[in-house]
Parts: sequence; C-alpha cells; structure tokens
Amino acid sequence: MVTAATSRLEGLRGRAIDPGATTVVLLLLGVAVFLLVGCLQSKNFAQYTIQGIALGSVYGSLALALVLVYRATHVINFAQGELAMFTTYIAYELMLHGFSYWAAFAATLAIAFVLGTVLQVTIIRPVQHRSVIATVIVTVGLFVLIDGVVNWIWGGDLKSMKSPFGNGFFVVGGVAIQHLYVGMVIVVFASAVLVWALFRFTKLGLGMRAAALRPAAASLVGVRVDSMLAIGWGLAAVLGGVAGLMAEPSQFLLTPTFMQPILVYAFAAAVLGGLESPAGALIGGLLIGVMLTLLVGYEPHIGPITITSELQLPFSFVVLLLILLVKPSGLFGRREVRRV
Amino acid sequence: MRRQIPALGSLLVVAAVLCILPFVLSDYRIYLAAQVGIFFIAVLGLNILTGYTGQISIGHGAFMAIGGYTTAVMSRDHHTNLVVTMLMAFAICFVVGLLIGLPALRLSGVYLALVTFALAVSVPQIPLQYSSFLGGSGGVQSSKTVSNLWIYTAAWACSAILFVAAWLILRGRIGRAFRAVRDSEIAAVASGVELPVYKTLAFGISAAYAGVAGSLFVLATNGFAQPSEFDVFLSLQILVGAAVAGLGSLWGILVGAAFVGLLPQVSTSVPVIGAEHGRDVVFGAAVILVMLLLPDGFAGLLARLKLGASSAKPQAPGG
Repeated sequence: MVTAATSRLEGLRGRAIDPGATTVVLLLLGVAVFLLVGCLQSKNFAQYTIQGIALGSVYGSLALALVLVYRATHVINFAQGELAMFTTYIAYELMLHGFSYWAAFAATLAIAFVLGTVLQVTIIRPVQHRSVIATVIVTVGLFVLIDGVVNWIWGGDLKSMKSPFGNGFFVVGGVAIQHLYVGMVIVVFASAVLVWALFRFTKLGLGMRAAALRPAAASLVGVRVDSMLAIGWGLAAVLGGVAGLMAEPSQFLLTPTFMQPILVYAFAAAVLGGLESPAGALIGGLLIGVMLTLLVGYEPHIGPITITSELQLPFSFVVLLLILLVKPSGLFGRREVRRV
Repeated sequence: MRRQIPALGSLLVVAAVLCILPFVLSDYRIYLAAQVGIFFIAVLGLNILTGYTGQISIGHGAFMAIGGYTTAVMSRDHHTNLVVTMLMAFAICFVVGLLIGLPALRLSGVYLALVTFALAVSVPQIPLQYSSFLGGSGGVQSSKTVSNLWIYTAAWACSAILFVAAWLILRGRIGRAFRAVRDSEIAAVASGVELPVYKTLAFGISAAYAGVAGSLFVLATNGFAQPSEFDVFLSLQILVGAAVAGLGSLWGILVGAAFVGLLPQVSTSVPVIGAEHGRDVVFGAAVILVMLLLPDGFAGLLARLKLGASSAKPQAPGG
C-alpha cells in the first residue's frame, strides 16, 4: 500500500517518471511519426501538413495569449481575438500612411501592449475579484465594443494587406513550401521564445510569475501584483497582435469578423494544452491546425460526414467538447482540485 | 419573486399595460414591443440557468437558431400551424439543451463559457453545409407570414405563460435545489441534491425558453430564418440582457429585455456613431458600464433602492 508519505517522496524524486507525462510524450511522438510517414508517402499530404503547421502556429499564438491571461487571473478573455483583429486594423492603417510592413508590425505590437495594459487597469481590475461570470461578461462586452468600433472606423467591407513574405516558395523534395508559411512559423515562435525568456530570465518576469502563482505572498515580498497583472494583459495583447498579423496574410482578407473562427480554434488549442501551460498552448495550436487542415484538405470523409470548410467550426466544437470530457486537464495541465 | 404580494401587484400592472399597448401604439411600435417580448423570453431562460444554478452560457443564440429553424422548416415543408411549431421548438430545444447540459455537468465556470461560445459560433455554420434542407446562406422562408400584432400577442402570451411556469418551478423544490447547486455544488450533493439531474434540467429548461424565443424571432423577421440572423452577436445580446437584468426580478428582466430588444432598432439613429454599428458600440460600452457600476444589474439596483427607501429587511439572493 502506498501511503501519503511515500507517494510524496516519489513526487519529490523526479517528475521524469510521472506516468502521465510519458504517455503524453509517447502520444506526441506517435503523432510526429505519423505525420512524417504521411509526408514521405504523399506530396499532397506534406503540402497540407505544412499549411497546417503554419495556421496552427497562429492558433497557438492566440492560445498562448489566452493562457497568459488565464494563468494570472483564472479568466478567459473572450475579447482576445477581437483585440487582435483591432490591432491588425491598426497595422493596416499605419501601412496606408506609408509605414513599411515591419515598421508597422513593431509599432502595432507597441500599441497592442499599451492597449492591453490600459484595458486591464480600466475595466478588468474593478471586476476581477468579483466572480468568473462577471469578468467573462465584461470581456464579452469588450468583444462587442471592439467589433462596433472597428466597423465604425473602417467599415465592414473586405480589406487586404500586402504579404510580408512575398509570394515565393521553396521546393523541398518536390513539395512547394511557401515563404509565407515559413515566415509565419518563425515569427510566432520567435515571439513565443522572447516572451518565455522575459518570464524566465528577467526580474520583471519573476515578479509576474510570483503575482500569478501566489498573489498575496508576492505582494508581501514587494511585488506590485496589480501592475504585474496589467503587464501580463499587455503581453497577451502583443501575442494576440502577432496572431492577427500572421493570420491576415494566410487568409488574404481583413474583415471585422476574421478572428472569430480563429478564437474558437485557439480555445480548442489552449484546452488541449491544458489551459495553464504555455508550451501546451503552442503544441495544442499546432495539433489543431494540422488536424483541421488535413481533415478539410486531404481526407474530409469521416464515416457519412464530409468535413468541408463550413463544418470546420462545428467540428472543432466537437473536438473541444471531447477534450473536456475525456481529459479536462489537457495534455500538460494539472488536475483541478476543488476546495470546499 | 418570493415575496408574493408585491410581485403579484407588479405582475398585474405589467399585464394591464401590455393589454392596453396594442390599442395606443403604431404598427412599428407594436413590432418593437414584440421584440422586447421575444428577448424577455430568452433573457428569462438564461436567468434561470445563470442566476439560479450559476452555470454560464454564451451560446443561447444557438438554441434560438434551433428553435427558429424548427419553425421555418416545419412551416415550409408541412405547413404546420405556427403555434404548434413553437411547441415543437420548445420540445426540440429542451432535448438539445439536455444533451448539451450532460457534458456541462463536468464543466464549470470558464470551461462552460468556452464550450457554449464555441457552440454559438458553430451552429450558424450548419445551414451553410446542409443547404438543401436548411437553405444555405439564403435561409428558409416559412410558408406563412404574420402581422406585427399577431407576433406581439404571441410573444407576450408566451412570456406570460413561461414567466408563470418559471415562477412555479423556481419557488418550490426544484428552485431550492438550483440555488443550492449555485451556492456550493459540494454542499448541495452532501444534502442530497442530485447534481446531474438538476444541472441538466436547468440547461434543458433554459434552452427550451430560448427555442421559443427563436421561433418568435424568425416569425418577426417575416418568417425568414437566416444564418446571419443567428450569429454570435445574438448570443452575446442575450447574455448582455441577463447581465443588465440582474437576478430574479420581473422588473429587472423587463428592463434587460427592453434594453437588448430596443437598442438595435433605436441605435441606428445615434448621432456620430450612426448606422448599424452604433448598436455594437453602445451595447459594448453599456454592458461594461453596467458590470462596473451595477454589479447585480437592474434587479440589484431596485433592491438597493427599496432598502434605502424603507430600510426593509434584506432580501434573500434570488428571492
């Protein structure tokens, strides 16, 4: 019989032998092998896999933004996608005024940071201690407000931006890989690594982690918890902004609703990753992206149902539901323990 | 709703006003009043779910879509009596609500919000896929259209019936169980409340209310059910209505329903913002302000005013 003490000892001895973690690693390895074999077997399959990875990195980026906010305040920001849409419009406007793509990119992310911080201070902080429902309703209000503001300023018609990476492609083993897809993956992962480094190696990052994990203890040792949460929202808005800017060229259109489906995919990605795990959000995004692209593009028939692009959203709803029913803690999350 | 005499009084006042309104209002105003009635039903339904069992739903527009399509398709294919289609919408949405409520058992708080939001975004996609049956983006036209007065009467008759039904459900054993679930699930289970039964039941009832509202909603748009009518905004609108309404007060729900039912019609003439998106700007700003300034919605404001006026004993939450 395993007593509480011995099981605690085992916990201390190392996480490497945690059976859950090994299963997850094996599962991911299996997926990687499956994709690799598929890519070697069929050029068509490889094409869709690459597109899926590029789109998946966008979903992962937005999922990462959701996870940052969730970790700090245990709230999902439903306006995260619309916020990203708004900042993409700002980039569009900047480019109309003669900014080059990357200058507009940098300026937009700076604006996104300020916007996220200001929103947290002005409308989230007053309700965040009240209840989950209250905070969710406020972010829903923000969703509607941003939608209205964008329609008001820019109108609802289709706009387009020029592609940041041109229309060229590499050819590897007979498979065409668009520069755009490579660029999307690099930009998303570079920004994710920067955010990770910020959290891992700076004093600010340490403060933010402390504020998220143990707010009361953190404030006792002099961390300004409120400022940390505000900065966290700013960073989330930046990551969302990256997702928006990278999603736009892959869809070739900019409308006030273009981030709404992506938000649902990001939800699925974040939940698949465990909702608490930044790495999980990125991996979840890649998995969801590859799965959806392969399903719609390569093998759309599941039994009697054909997954067309119209059914992509209902399908990801089902996936989201299944993850929550089978393994609510996702791939990398901890099991929730409820206190009475 | 618990203190019976004043509740009865306000009920009679509201009923009397509603009976007089059609005789004094213009046809367009009757249409607006019917819109308020439709949202009254939907907000009432969400109020039962969120206010009494503490489960959130951002997906009630999806249930309205199911109800609305039920009416349009039955009328198109079988020329079914419109009132009968409303009953069918109620039944179908009750079942769908139970089905959605089953997985919701294992979810709480933000997870439920995520799932219902995904539901709201997904459901309007389904008619696009099965366009031969559900009409694609062009929508389904019911075989019969009705006058604004018909909709007004139907909407408020349904409102009255469903309000009384909700009152009967919530005042007794089921209502107590719902509130126990809201306040602490673990305590509720410990006191013998069967969590699965009551949580799914609340979802079913709530969805059925939304279904009836959706059915009326389609009839109010000349019997035309279209995917774009049931976009995610509709779900957000109902949630906003419930937030403005606050908990368990007839007047609160009336104000919440009037707010979301009238604003889209009125806000097109707002200066500066103007046009269609005025609705979104005003809505978004309003719901944020309400949440910041009136945490318990209009019902909370009323309760506070009453307290201030007569220093009566504090009302039990959800009373």
